[in-house]
Amino acid sequence: MKKIRFASIYFLFAVIGAVILFPVLIAVILPIQDSDELERTFAPLAETGSRYVSIDYIPQYPTLKNFSKLLLYTPEFYKVFWNSILVVGSILLFQLLVAVPSAWAFAKFRFKGKELLFNLYVIFMLMPFQIMMLSQYIVLDGMHLMNTRLSIILPAIFSTFPVFLIYRGFADIPDDVEDSARIDGANELQVLLRIGIPLGKSGILSCLVLSFLDLWNMVEQPLAFIKDKKLFPLSLYLPMLDIKNADIMLTAAIVTLIPAVFVFIIGQDFLEQGIIATALKE
Amino acid sequence: MTKCKTKKQNVYCLLFLLPSLLGVMIFIFIPFLDSVRKSFFTAVSEKFIGAKNYEVIMKNDAFALAVKNTALFTAVCIPALIIISFFLSYMITKIKCIRLIKSVLLFPLAIPTAAMVLIWQILFSDNGYINNILVSTGHGSVSFLSSKTAFWVLVGSYIWKNLGYTVILWVTGIMKISGSVIEAAKVDGAGEADILFRIIIPNLKPTLYTITIISFLNSFKVFREAFLVAGAYPHDSIYLLQHLFNNWFINMDFDKMAAAAVLVFSVIFAAIVLLQRMWNKED
Repeated sequence: MKKIRFASIYFLFAVIGAVILFPVLIAVILPIQDSDELERTFAPLAETGSRYVSIDYIPQYPTLKNFSKLLLYTPEFYKVFWNSILVVGSILLFQLLVAVPSAWAFAKFRFKGKELLFNLYVIFMLMPFQIMMLSQYIVLDGMHLMNTRLSIILPAIFSTFPVFLIYRGFADIPDDVEDSARIDGANELQVLLRIGIPLGKSGILSCLVLSFLDLWNMVEQPLAFIKDKKLFPLSLYLPMLDIKNADIMLTAAIVTLIPAVFVFIIGQDFLEQGIIATALKE
Repeated sequence: MTKCKTKKQNVYCLLFLLPSLLGVMIFIFIPFLDSVRKSFFTAVSEKFIGAKNYEVIMKNDAFALAVKNTALFTAVCIPALIIISFFLSYMITKIKCIRLIKSVLLFPLAIPTAAMVLIWQILFSDNGYINNILVSTGHGSVSFLSSKTAFWVLVGSYIWKNLGYTVILWVTGIMKISGSVIEAAKVDGAGEADILFRIIIPNLKPTLYTITIISFLNSFKVFREAFLVAGAYPHDSIYLLQHLFNNWFINMDFDKMAAAAVLVFSVIFAAIVLLQRMWNKED
């Protein structure tokens, strides 16, 4: 009896897993089909007739031609890929430089108005982008930053979410540990660098993984603040391509996917810890 | 906890906080207060007009449609996500290979929307793959993206993306409940249903609070799928507040945007405070 129950639970998860992974499977199969086969797959999408899209699960002539076309003959792609790397990389770097010390101050110092300020940080962390869209536009326009990469980098650096997440990691460090360092004569900066960061490392890494996955998927901000398509990150450039370039779109999608999957695989533990650390109540 | 007793520590505390505080002031707090002010003025001539902007959006059909759809979407997808994910998490804690299952469920979180846009079109277009299967098995074809079904496609993609996140939170919550309490209940003759409804579920209230708020926040991100697959003016059933803000922004309807931003902020703020109250009271 118990065995049947376990078997049915495993079966349920196998079905759910298959449904979840099915779209990804298609995304991986299609780019290795050759252009004739792809065209046959896509032709019905552009017509109104009664033909339907069909998918060959086993490509007739598997090929890497689409990849060489993308990587060798589409210089535009490199520019956009570089945009994404530059934007996401600089946001992550400066986010940490800003969020780590302030999270430390929130976790380890007492000052007037701390609780109110922290609650404000949490409330604005929970607000969707659309609420801040107009406000941020007015600031960015005032700084003459519209339609530059900085328009999506600067506001993201000061997102309050990393402060909250890293704060969680720091708050778990017992106060005695830093106090003993202070007694040994370390100043506050040394305490942060030698005690806080090494012990709060997993909070910081969780924040990096979660932020990376979200930023690599950035859509709303560039859509609002950047007009020049050459400055778009991949996450917005890719869907804006013409469906006539389906081979490029599919191949570029896989190349876009690779960094995210890579971070996901090496960072899954931190990702989970990060998700757990978002717990608003304990 | 270090009190900022000595002058030196005061200086450090301020220095640590300052970069973040300055940035948050410049990019979040002050501009938002400015939006609140703007919501009472005309956009062009900056004339004070009281609550006129609020009256205008209240009478605006697009706003009414977007509010209705967003409310409906939230009311459907959040309970659906919470119930499905809880059911799965409860199952997961009973079996092995938790890690593999968690990986699979979390995987969609790592997939950029941009990489899947074309796949959604292949699957859900009128001439798409799912319709191919439906027709070839003798059913009628369904217009997934340009009928009311679009709403359910969006709910599905939301659950697809967020299932892993919520399952992680539930499983952590369930695992935290001490085994000895459950063992003791079993000794006293409690059945599985008793344990689930009298011990596990009541102990998960803090988890439920977090999941509700985080799921709500993430529900606004379905705009990515909706916009990238169906454009700025999708079928009426998935025209959300996010579309409206985006379109007002393009048309530079800043006075309406300011009023709507303040209004939506107030509603979300009230909802969070209310949830917190409820949680504290029942505790």
